[in-house]
Amino acid sequence: MRHGRNPFIVGFLAAPVVLYVFFVILPYVEAFYYSFTNWRGFQKAEWVGLDNYKKMLDDDTFWKAVSHNGIILLLLPLAALVIALFFAFLLNVGGKAKAGVSQGVRGSKFYRLVFFFPQLLAVPIVAVLFQSVYRPDKSGVLNGILGWFGIEPVGWLIEPKIALLMLIAVMVWQAIGFYVVLFSAGMSSIPAEIYEAAELDGSSPATTFRRITLPLLWGNIQTAWVYLGVAAFDAFAIVDVLSNNQGGPDFSTTVLSEEIYKATSAGKYGYATTLGVALFFLTATFAVIAFTSTKRESVEY
Amino acid sequence: MSKTPDLPGEVSRRTVITRAAAIGAAIPAAGLLGACAGGGTEEKKSETGNTGDAKNPFGVKDGDPLEVVIFNGGYGEKYAKDIHEPMYKAAFPKSEIKHSAPTEISTTIQPRFAGGNPPDFLNNSGAKAIDIGSLVGDGQLLTLDKLWSAPSYDDPKKTVKDTLIPGTIESGEFDGKSVQLNYVFTVYGIWYNSALFSKNSWVAPKTWDETTALFDKIKAAGITPYAYAGANAAYYQFEVILSNAAKIGGAEVLKNIDNLEDGAWQVPAIKDSLEFWAGIGAKYMDKAHEGLKHTEVQLQQNQGKVAFYPSGSWLENEQAKETPADFKYAMTLVPSKGASDKIGFTGIHATAGEPYVIPAKAKNQAGALEYMRIMLSKKGANEFVKLNGSLTSVIGSSDGATLTPGTASAKTALDAAGKDVFTFHINDWYADMNTEMKAATNALMFGHQNVAQFVERVQKAADKLKKDSSIKKNKVK
Repeated sequence: MRHGRNPFIVGFLAAPVVLYVFFVILPYVEAFYYSFTNWRGFQKAEWVGLDNYKKMLDDDTFWKAVSHNGIILLLLPLAALVIALFFAFLLNVGGKAKAGVSQGVRGSKFYRLVFFFPQLLAVPIVAVLFQSVYRPDKSGVLNGILGWFGIEPVGWLIEPKIALLMLIAVMVWQAIGFYVVLFSAGMSSIPAEIYEAAELDGSSPATTFRRITLPLLWGNIQTAWVYLGVAAFDAFAIVDVLSNNQGGPDFSTTVLSEEIYKATSAGKYGYATTLGVALFFLTATFAVIAFTSTKRESVEY
Repeated sequence: MSKTPDLPGEVSRRTVITRAAAIGAAIPAAGLLGACAGGGTEEKKSETGNTGDAKNPFGVKDGDPLEVVIFNGGYGEKYAKDIHEPMYKAAFPKSEIKHSAPTEISTTIQPRFAGGNPPDFLNNSGAKAIDIGSLVGDGQLLTLDKLWSAPSYDDPKKTVKDTLIPGTIESGEFDGKSVQLNYVFTVYGIWYNSALFSKNSWVAPKTWDETTALFDKIKAAGITPYAYAGANAAYYQFEVILSNAAKIGGAEVLKNIDNLEDGAWQVPAIKDSLEFWAGIGAKYMDKAHEGLKHTEVQLQQNQGKVAFYPSGSWLENEQAKETPADFKYAMTLVPSKGASDKIGFTGIHATAGEPYVIPAKAKNQAGALEYMRIMLSKKGANEFVKLNGSLTSVIGSSDGATLTPGTASAKTALDAAGKDVFTFHINDWYADMNTEMKAATNALMFGHQNVAQFVERVQKAADKLKKDSSIKKNKVK
């Protein structure tokens, strides 16, 4: 029977592999090819060698976009992870222990639901929503609140210094709910006896979190970090819909995906794929570094 | 190209990206575009000669189907469905007309160009119009010379060309080829509520000095004297800046900019205009408008909070539903610097716009040409004016139509201008210039950068574009 297994497995795997190669790998290869051409979207592409790459490296906007992706990459995962971990901890083990079993804070089920709400909204809808929140005159939600205290309206999205931070805040706001649920699931699978033992030994909640929760959640955190990092390389929808003039004011919030979009709508498909290739390598490099650098002995329990 | 800014509802076509696909999800759309890339590209030679028959000069075969694609934007699709298509159908009763009216042209139609089966007739307009430079550069469009030389619909002694406002055909030329019919005649100016003005006995200013004097009065009355929407309508303001520069230094200024001449942006006319409007921005505008959209600022004008707003003649029609009964749109022109101006106050920025094209690979080219001829007929154009309240490129198309106050004032201004009509193309021809000019205009008007910085950065962008051999260049003759 054993020798019959291989054809059986191959038979099952062949179809998905063919589909994957045809619909995923081949377009990638084609995209690499187009990045060396001046293709405009209709006719045969002309080979232009490294022209597009030279142009890209000379382009100030490209470097601005990359640096903004970099800032998002630093801030988004950090902020989202810290806040999500904090909330998840409060929701699961932050409350008073009842009959020796640790509990979440009061109303934790309700909060868990509320935290998840932003996740249910499509990104463009979130962006449109925040247009009202960030509106630069007194009818904006934030500026309305500031107005009660006699503070002049702030141009949340039109001050080049803070516009990007405001966009990142929205991304964090939207991401948290999902990771609260992810970490909650991780935490609830940590055996209660461990917490009980920690409590008997007189461990404070902070120590419990640092010494027990964090190490046992490490796999989840690693995954979350990679996901959020990849999201940081994208960030297209929020930037495109929410920011001033799609990546403005004055390119102060533009990201690589936005520049690709702009190049495409200008008919510069060849150059757009060049930017796409750059984004591919940035993302892939990040993913590899993230997975290798966070490797730790997983704790068995 | 219609310059109507994106509606707030027109969010990106790219929707939510699920978390499910971790690494693969981040690879941008451009990577995947390759999947449907590069169709075959033989150019089909058209067989549509002039038959000499004034009724059917292109030799349309009754029974051949015609596919019409209309952009469902500021002018809707009603004019095609209720006016032009019935006229076509009446002439060719056996021909089936396939009508569609998407809001995103490139999303729906570009793949069909790539696949070699484009529609017969296309209204390539809106924020997602297919880049015209690429279409022309790749030989995807039929030249319309046959249409211009064909006998006109109403009078066989006149050619179609004779019935058009001069400059219409040239406005649709790219790379020396006439490939685009620009149907709607757009007049640019600065709009205000004439009812509010007569109540306060304010008069629209004709010179820079009058402008600042009036703006002081308006400001004292608690109204923002001047506004444009920085979030998505910065185009309207650089239109004002360039129009003013043209008045100071003559239409040559714009021509040099369009032709990417060296130092075209560094001339005194541009600097003077920038200086004046930067001063207006610093003193008479609301800083918050940098972050508001066209519709939001328009609402403020309709509510009497904003006095002047620069835009094109589509504005009144676009705002028709929102305009209160006591609001009467009127249009004035950019004010004159002084007596040394090359073009007087009545000089106007006007151009034929709203583009229609026929793909080179259209199956029924004769039908599409005939459809255009019908649009340009007296009846076709006149009914369009009546329905949409906008002027067309056909001479006398508004005769007998009751014009709304705004369109009437645009028409008066156009008639008064005589030969002093100018326009520019730089932003339509080159998407990168458009992006840079919008960003620079906002930076100047809202006080982030000064005139010297504006000139430097825009000139730099123009120089860079000029050197870029991968982008097809157009020339104004």
